[in-house]
Amino acid sequence: MDLLALRELLPELILIATGLVVILLDLVTNDKRVLPIVSAVGVLLSIIFTVTGLSALLRSPFAVEVYSVPGAVSADALAYMFRLLLSASTLAVIGASSDYVQRRLIGARGEFYALLLFAAAAMMILTAATELITAYIALETSGIALYALSGFLRDRRSSEAGIKFLVLGGVSSAFLLYGMVILFGLTGTTSYAGIAPALHAAFRENALPISLAVVLIVTGFGFKLAAFPFQMWVPDVYEGAPTPVTMFLSVVSKAAGFGVALRIFHLALGAPTVALEWTYIFAALAALTMTLGNLAALRQHNIKRLMGYSSVAQAGYLMAGLAVPNDAGTAAVTFFLISYAVTNLAAFAAIIALTEGLASEAISDLAGAAQRSPFLAFCFAIALLSLTGIPPTAGFFAKLTIFGVAVSQGLLWLVLVGVVNSVISAYYYIGIVKTMYVGSAKDERPIPAGLALATVLLTTTVLTVLLGIAPDAVVSAASTAAAWLP
Amino acid sequence: MALPFHLTLLLFLPTAGALVLAMLPARDHRLVKQVALCITGLDLLLALMLWPAYQQVAGASRFAFEEQFAWIPTLGVGYHLGVDGLSLPLVVLTGLLGFLAVLVSWHIEHRAKLYFSLLLILQTGVLGVFLSLDFVLFFLFWELELLPMYLLISIWGSPPPVGRREYSAMKFLIYTLFGSAFMLTGLLILGFTTGTFDLVKLSSLPLQAIGVPTTLVFWLIFIAFAVKLPVFPLHTWLPDAHTDAPTAVSVLLAGVLLKMGGYGILRICITLFPDVAYVWAPTLALLAGVSVLYGGLVTLRQRDLKRLIAYSSVSHMGYVLLGVAALGEVSLTGAALQMVTHGTITGLLFAAVGLIYDKAHTRQIPELQGLMHRMPFVGLAFLIAGLASLGLPGMSGFVAEFLVFTGSFEEFPVYTVMGVLGIVLSAGYILWTAERSLFRALPHRWEHLQDAVAVERIPLVVLMATIFVIGLWPRLVTDVLKLGIGPIAEAVKRLG
Repeated sequence: MDLLALRELLPELILIATGLVVILLDLVTNDKRVLPIVSAVGVLLSIIFTVTGLSALLRSPFAVEVYSVPGAVSADALAYMFRLLLSASTLAVIGASSDYVQRRLIGARGEFYALLLFAAAAMMILTAATELITAYIALETSGIALYALSGFLRDRRSSEAGIKFLVLGGVSSAFLLYGMVILFGLTGTTSYAGIAPALHAAFRENALPISLAVVLIVTGFGFKLAAFPFQMWVPDVYEGAPTPVTMFLSVVSKAAGFGVALRIFHLALGAPTVALEWTYIFAALAALTMTLGNLAALRQHNIKRLMGYSSVAQAGYLMAGLAVPNDAGTAAVTFFLISYAVTNLAAFAAIIALTEGLASEAISDLAGAAQRSPFLAFCFAIALLSLTGIPPTAGFFAKLTIFGVAVSQGLLWLVLVGVVNSVISAYYYIGIVKTMYVGSAKDERPIPAGLALATVLLTTTVLTVLLGIAPDAVVSAASTAAAWLP
Repeated sequence: MALPFHLTLLLFLPTAGALVLAMLPARDHRLVKQVALCITGLDLLLALMLWPAYQQVAGASRFAFEEQFAWIPTLGVGYHLGVDGLSLPLVVLTGLLGFLAVLVSWHIEHRAKLYFSLLLILQTGVLGVFLSLDFVLFFLFWELELLPMYLLISIWGSPPPVGRREYSAMKFLIYTLFGSAFMLTGLLILGFTTGTFDLVKLSSLPLQAIGVPTTLVFWLIFIAFAVKLPVFPLHTWLPDAHTDAPTAVSVLLAGVLLKMGGYGILRICITLFPDVAYVWAPTLALLAGVSVLYGGLVTLRQRDLKRLIAYSSVSHMGYVLLGVAALGEVSLTGAALQMVTHGTITGLLFAAVGLIYDKAHTRQIPELQGLMHRMPFVGLAFLIAGLASLGLPGMSGFVAEFLVFTGSFEEFPVYTVMGVLGIVLSAGYILWTAERSLFRALPHRWEHLQDAVAVERIPLVVLMATIFVIGLWPRLVTDVLKLGIGPIAEAVKRLG
């Protein structure tokens, strides 16, 4: 293999190298505050390379002519968009968690950042992979890092979260692998581009094995994406894991999962005959997932658990876009993921500051937060509005595009289920806004927020509003990238 | 005279004002109020400037002072503002009530900065609904009004045990969101099948060809407006929200927020789907008749003054729907005028009741007696608003109701008679309430009551003046309204 081709993997390689540097640095330095700074610099470097590539690719699909690792990883605009989304979100997680890690993860700080960086690098490869084996290896690499991260607090709930995540994650990977093996057996290739026509040709005589493969793959992804009925690990893991890890899971991991699902379903399984096999499954699962997520979230008292169910519900909306196997569907899911990422990063940055400042994860303890810390409460409120889908925030246009493409696909019933779900979700999202703004606090002291966290919070909040006022640049970038998908 | 980007300026001035307020020191209530008053005053001025300017340019094109540029071209969403004869009076009404709402709230000291910021954002939301000519933009402003309203009711509303402000605020939120969820579905169908969300373009497209039954789209969108108007049986949020809202918010809610529903029906449902409206007109008229009678009957047995006015609003907004259902130029003009006059009349009623409550600390009609002896000015305002509300000639309510009834009698005689019965009912509850609370002998415990002070009298005087001006010179408003109603009525007539 041409080693020079690896330069196209520079963003990922930088992250991995930074991870190694952080581990080594952790051994020799006593001032652990330098670790997040080094990590952040590494991610920034990676972002710079990604942005240069992306801006070239959005002007012309052939800007990067050599496919980096031929037949394994693609250098198309969509891959670069996901790279950017994942690395920028990782940067935000590092910024929002530096104080938390310094205080809570004594003795494991270097490992925390290193695992975070390894997971991010693996996910970036995952979303750019053009064939099943690369995708599977990247998925498992990121998975192992995440299982370990979930158990990092080493208390009962955190350990339980780690074990639960490990066992269920392993089982779901097995499903996925079985499905992939059947696909390989049927088509004789692992590349998405090769699978699609081969499946289409083999569809008549092999309908049953193809259905079996589809069902197995849907099940495997069901776990990863937290779709009904495979969502039961979510609330426990979200509650038990360290909050920065929950933040990472809910944003970076979710974006990566949908990124690879887009390629596998819309490219490899996207031929019209084959798509008929799974679009209706996804549509039905989408409806059930959003409904279950929202109804369960209504009953939660713990903010992290609530965000767990909220992420299940959001996965439901995203799956409605997945059920539309064309460019418009891909673009809508991409835009939704970007909006969801900035929104949930803001929400979790606020949650880290609030839960640490209040030493409580109970929603009722947020009462009066608006008077104690107007900045934190305001940013959190904007994020919650965006999650509800109320304009002028990113979440509104995210829902508009995803429900819009679903309507064009004739999924009117699913859109009706979706909009009614948005109303249900308003009850608990706005309920939190109410607690912060209407309730009165027992304690009048301001809730502290570190500089790095405040920067992340401010940036993501501004982006949330900006995407709600002027989304066109991102919407058109997403549709260009989707249209130019090889 | 219209300035360049006049509508944008008018629309976003309150939001800019809210940002200014956010930067002021929290302790200085007076400064916050003065800034809020200046902003809303300036906004009212901008709205009023449009009136003569519109009369000069009217007729040249369907909409005046249009501003249009591509906003999200990838999705076919544009930033498109404009006014016509239908929206202009409502814009001016919003400017007026927004300004008066600040005066009505002059006594607010609890978290004043947040309160006035929310009032200003609310004003941008309402103005945006009346000014938008793009469906997505319209929807954006439609939803923008939600959260300020929710917080205004749940923070400054009537606390327990008198009220249930948090319950009422959430009920308002969920009902409105429920309606807008269906509207969103309707607008997605329209936008993603035709490729444009522009209301002017949509109205010239053959929407029967979109592949989804237009009847379905019509009703999906109608539900949102029916919740807002409100139409029986979707009205139950209104009495709760009104009763527990602070006075200024009640004024705005009754004055302009309900009108968003009526405006939406005219601007979107009837304009885009005249054929569906034509077929379903009897159903709309039935809903209108039931709203009028049901609202009126329930009003009769209310003991709380604010609840009483709230239910009377259900009844009176029924006339709007009745006028719409008849689909003639006269009845549609009546419906539009009813929206404007109901805004001033009910605004005045709530302002007066707010003053009574501030001083007497009760709104229970059986407890209030003989207020006229101690609060003649407030009592007079209440009485005038009440008489206008029951349709006394010479006042604005009469003209609107008269137009609605003349316009609709030919089409729907039975429902029109139900509407006229509603007038009889309103005469009953208004006069009975006035007799019980204002006249009778003054009980000992109300001896200490003081009449309204100067700053409190301004809103009352202004609103009383508009009631008489429109009542005695209705053409001032109807001539403008007709310019907007004309094309809508024309489109329906072509079907018949």
